[in-house]
This record gives sequence, structure tokens and C-alpha cells, in this order.
Amino acid sequence: MRTLNMAQALRDAHDVALEDPRVVILGEDIGRAGGVFRVTDGLQQRHGSDRVIDTPVSESGIVGTAYGMAIAGLRPIVEIQFLGFVYPAYDQIVSHVARIRNRSQHRFTAPMVIRLPYGAGIGAAEHHSESTEAIFTHIAGLKVVVASTPENAKGLLLAALEDPDPVIFLEPIRLYRSTTGDVAEGHYITPIGESVTIQRGDDVTLIAYGAMIRETLQAANLLESVGVSAEVIDLQTLVPLDSELILKSVKRTGRAVLVHEAPRTGGVGAEIAAQIQAQALYSLLAPIERVTGWDLVVPLRKAEHHYIPSVERITAAARRTLES
Amino acid sequence: MLAEPTRILDADGSPVSEVEHELDTVRYLYRSMVTARIFDRKASALQRQGRLATYAPFEGQEASQIGTAASLKEEDWLVASYRDAAAMNLHGYPWELLLAGRMGDERGGHTPEGINVLPPSITVGGHMIHAAGIAWAQKIKKNNAIAVTIFGDGATSEGDFHEAMNFAGVFELPMIFVCQNNGWAISTPRERQTASETIAQKAHAYGFTGVLVDGNDVLAVDQVIRHSIDRARQGKGPTLVEALTYRIRGHTTADDHSRYREKTHIESWRRNDPLNRVQKFLKAHDAWSAQWQSEIEQSASSQIEHAVTRAENLAPFDVGEIFSGSFAELTPTLLEQRQEAEGYDS
Repeated sequence: MRTLNMAQALRDAHDVALEDPRVVILGEDIGRAGGVFRVTDGLQQRHGSDRVIDTPVSESGIVGTAYGMAIAGLRPIVEIQFLGFVYPAYDQIVSHVARIRNRSQHRFTAPMVIRLPYGAGIGAAEHHSESTEAIFTHIAGLKVVVASTPENAKGLLLAALEDPDPVIFLEPIRLYRSTTGDVAEGHYITPIGESVTIQRGDDVTLIAYGAMIRETLQAANLLESVGVSAEVIDLQTLVPLDSELILKSVKRTGRAVLVHEAPRTGGVGAEIAAQIQAQALYSLLAPIERVTGWDLVVPLRKAEHHYIPSVERITAAARRTLES
Repeated sequence: MLAEPTRILDADGSPVSEVEHELDTVRYLYRSMVTARIFDRKASALQRQGRLATYAPFEGQEASQIGTAASLKEEDWLVASYRDAAAMNLHGYPWELLLAGRMGDERGGHTPEGINVLPPSITVGGHMIHAAGIAWAQKIKKNNAIAVTIFGDGATSEGDFHEAMNFAGVFELPMIFVCQNNGWAISTPRERQTASETIAQKAHAYGFTGVLVDGNDVLAVDQVIRHSIDRARQGKGPTLVEALTYRIRGHTTADDHSRYREKTHIESWRRNDPLNRVQKFLKAHDAWSAQWQSEIEQSASSQIEHAVTRAENLAPFDVGEIFSGSFAELTPTLLEQRQEAEGYDS
């Protein structure tokens, strides 16, 4: 057990993963430079340039070749520098990676991991702060996971790599270095498809993932100071959704607040709200609240705090559910 | 001035350069083209009878496709598009699955075990990069296999053509890009795809060799491909082969090509037919007879009739099966949706 930040935990996960000779890592500037966030720092020196591969600046080419490699028996991990740069590869992901299992009726599969650093909060340039994960959760054939701690970042990455299907792996940029935690050495997995209750509570269920876990936990603490007992669920996986855990909690508390940084319309929160109303309507004591990014392009550095859901907004939403 | 393509037989079947092929090999290539043409015409006929959905005929391109696949080894990979049934079949993809796919049955995409052919790419241009990845995996695993991808002239305008060519060049991948330049991308002529004099010359910019070949001359295509295979296996990197050919029929059975092509132009290409010239060559070498022709045609027809029967007699694709291909193991959400769907379908 060591105390690592999320970037270090992910580096450790890659190091463990590369013990499997089928694993290769592809991306821009991941080898000699160690990646723009230094997640793959030192791995090329340790494992060789044919396993940790610096590619041309070519997202569709990276995903497309990784797909071919996966079909031919390798287990590629792709690093795209920022989620906002993945769109040139979206056609490869949607038209091929996500559907070769169905197209070939299980004869060919593309088990691969596509890592996407995402989210605002570091004052980056345009295109570097997006949370457009819903464009992946909507696509049949993809699994989508989101790390929120150093521990689950490592465990989810190793689980994603072992998964027989392609996995979109979201890494919250602003947590890379700001979150530390104990991380076990060697190999372990955090199961895909399982959400976790990270704080027990009785009055309201706060459901969040990725970077928003931090603000959501802060909101839960504030609520506790005014006598409100909030339960906090970290989804960890967006597809397949752990509906069972969510519904069980909401049926008990009768109130749900869904938190994500992504825009509201068509977001993951919309799907969860629909499932709650279909399965737990008569347990609800208040309308479901969504605290999300606005349906906007993420503002630049000077205004991004107006966009990212704040502790204040989450707290206010939870209190509204208690007032009705 | 267009660069001269590599050619062995002219349109009359007369050798214009040395013929390296044994007569038996020529007969094999000819027979494969005859079989492919019978398949192609059968598939188009099935479409007109309403027994098959849209079909993309390859008549006129048999030499390009048969020449591309003829010298591949079993362990080599073929990544082709929707018009490439002749090449796919020669590398082991069964006729019945090619038909089943076009009849609208997902099981047509299930390549038999041991056959290294991906199901046909329906989108234009996205699949070339997959061959690059497969070739790269062979190199990393130190296998001796190579990958071949086939595409049309239209596909070279897609961005992924650039990315695939670029990766192949940078990483010296053991692969061959085969562009069947058939002159037309639906209604868009070749000169509206690129201002380059040839497509083959594009390879130069990516740091590897491009070869122009008469795509209606199966001996020339096979020879050029064999040289490219040798180079790839020897670690000398990729080759781009531009096979000059012509699509005799419409883009698909849903296309009316009289809207954009002159009949006389099509007729001039019919005189360039890839089968005729080999037949004439074989005749000149006493290696062809009307009886043999009728035997190979009958054998091909009965093989393809069997394939039609098998494709048409596949069991119904029931509601549960539409869910089965989504993941290795169905997610709870999909299990729930499948149950819901099955409730309406008994």
C-alpha cells in the first residue's frame, strides 16, 4: 500500500498491465514525453517502444490501428490527450469498435481501452475541458467507466483491460494530482458495472461520478451540519448502469439528486431520472433534482466556475427535495 | 501523360511482356474469375427477384480481385469492402455468408474459424486503417503474416486513407493497399476525387512504393501483388497498388448509372473484359476448350445454387438473437430490454 495521486495510480496500473505481453499502449507523446499528464511516464523506457508507442498526431489512425490490433489478438490501451480531441476518432469508435462483435456475431471482437482525460477546472484552452461522455453512453456496444479516486482509477483500468468488450475510460483531469489515496500494489480490479455507496445517509441520495464526487461529498458534509443525512453514490460505471444499487437507495431515502459536469439535456442524469420514475415513483417524496453543467460550450478559464456544478448548487438542490 | 501500368496480356490476350505463370495457374485464375462472375450475376438476379436486398456488383473487376487474393497464404489477412466478394471468397469467405449478409442476416458476418477475412466494410474508407492495425500486430508478435486491404478510388478521398497510409509508412507495416480504381464513386468520376495524375503516386508522399497495374489483367495484378507480398514479408514495408479497372454495372442494384455514364463508354470497357483476354490466351496455348468452359461454369453454378439455398434456409433470426451480439455477456439493462421485446414476439 502506497499513497499515490491519480496520475501515479494510473501509471502503476499501466505498469502492471504491461506484464501481459498482449498489452500495447498507443498515443501521442506517451513514450518519450510520458504523456501530456505524465500518466505513462517512464513506461516506454521500461517496456520498450514497440509496447509503449508514440504515434503520429492522428486520433482516427490510433483508434483504427488499435482496433485492428485487438482483432488480431493484442490488448491495446489508447490514450487520447483530451476527450475534446477524440471526435476525429468517433467514426472509428461508433462504426467499428463498438459493433464488430455484432457485425461478426462474436467471431471478431475489439477488447480495447480508450482513455479520455475529461472535464473542466484547470483553466485550459478551448476543447480541453469537455464532459461529452453521453455521446458514448448512447452507443450500443461500448462500456463507459469513470474514475474518481487513485484506487478505483487503477482497479477500473485493469478491469477495463480484462473486459471482453471495448471500454471508454474517463479520467477527470482536475483530480490527476489533487486527489491522493492508498493504492494497493500489484494486480487488483474494481468491477465494471458496480457502483459504490461512499457515504451512508437516510434523507436524500446524491448520485455523482468522476470529478463531481469531490463537490458532492463536500455538499453532503454541509448538509450534515444542518441535520440532513445524505447518502452519496459514486457510479464508477455509466454503462452498464448499476440500477439496482441506485433504486435501492432512492426507495429508502425517497429523494434523489443527480450530479454531473456534463450538459443536462440527454445526459446520464436523464437516464437515471427516467429509471427512478419508472421503478420507484411511489417511493419518491420529492421531484428528482439534476445539478449539471449547462447546455453550453464549457466557458474558458475566467468563467468555468460558472459552469461546473458547485457545492452550493448541489446543497441547494438537496434542500429543495427536503422542502417539497 | 498517364504513367504506363504494368501489363502482361493485352485486351486480345496477347502477351506484351514475359508470362511467368504456369498454364495451370492461368487456368486456376481464369476459373476463379468465371466463378466470381457467375456469383455476381446470380446475386444481382436474386435482388431483382426480391430475394436479396441491395447488392453492389463487381462485374468488370474480377481480375483486380482474383489477382489480389490469389497468392495470399492462409495466415494472411484480407480487409475488404462491400464490392469485394470475389477477393473475399477466394481467401476463404463462403459464398453463402456473402449472400446471407446481403439478404439482411447478421450471421453473414460470422467469418468461419481459421479464415482471416473481416466481414465487408459498408462505410467507405474506414477499413483501410484496420488492416494497418492487423499488420502491425503481426509485426509486434513477430508473425510472418501480412494484411491486404482493398478499396475503391472514392475511398482515397476519405481522411482515414491518409491516416492508414501514414501509419503504414511510419511503422513500415507488412501490408498492401489495393485501390481498385474503377473510375466511379457512384456518380463521381475519378478526376473529381483527386487532382493527382495517379492514385499510385500518392504512396511516394508516404515514403513507400506505389505501383500502377492494368486491373483487368489478372496475370499482371497477381504478379504485382506477389512482388508486394514478398516485400512485406521481407520487412520492406507496405506497397500501394492501383489497379485500373472499370465497374461495368451500377454502383448498386439501386443505382441507375445511365444518369451519369455514356453507354458507349461502358461498351468500350466491355471490350476490355478481364475474362475474355485470358480465355484467348488459353486458347492460343491449347489450354481451353468449350467443354472445359461448360464444366467450370456448371460446377460454379451448382456451387452457388447450393450457397443460395443455404443462405435462404438459415433459421429465422429471432428477437432474442438481435440482442446477442451486443456484448460478450448481456448487461442487466439489455436483459431487461430483451425480456420486454420477447413479450411482444411469440
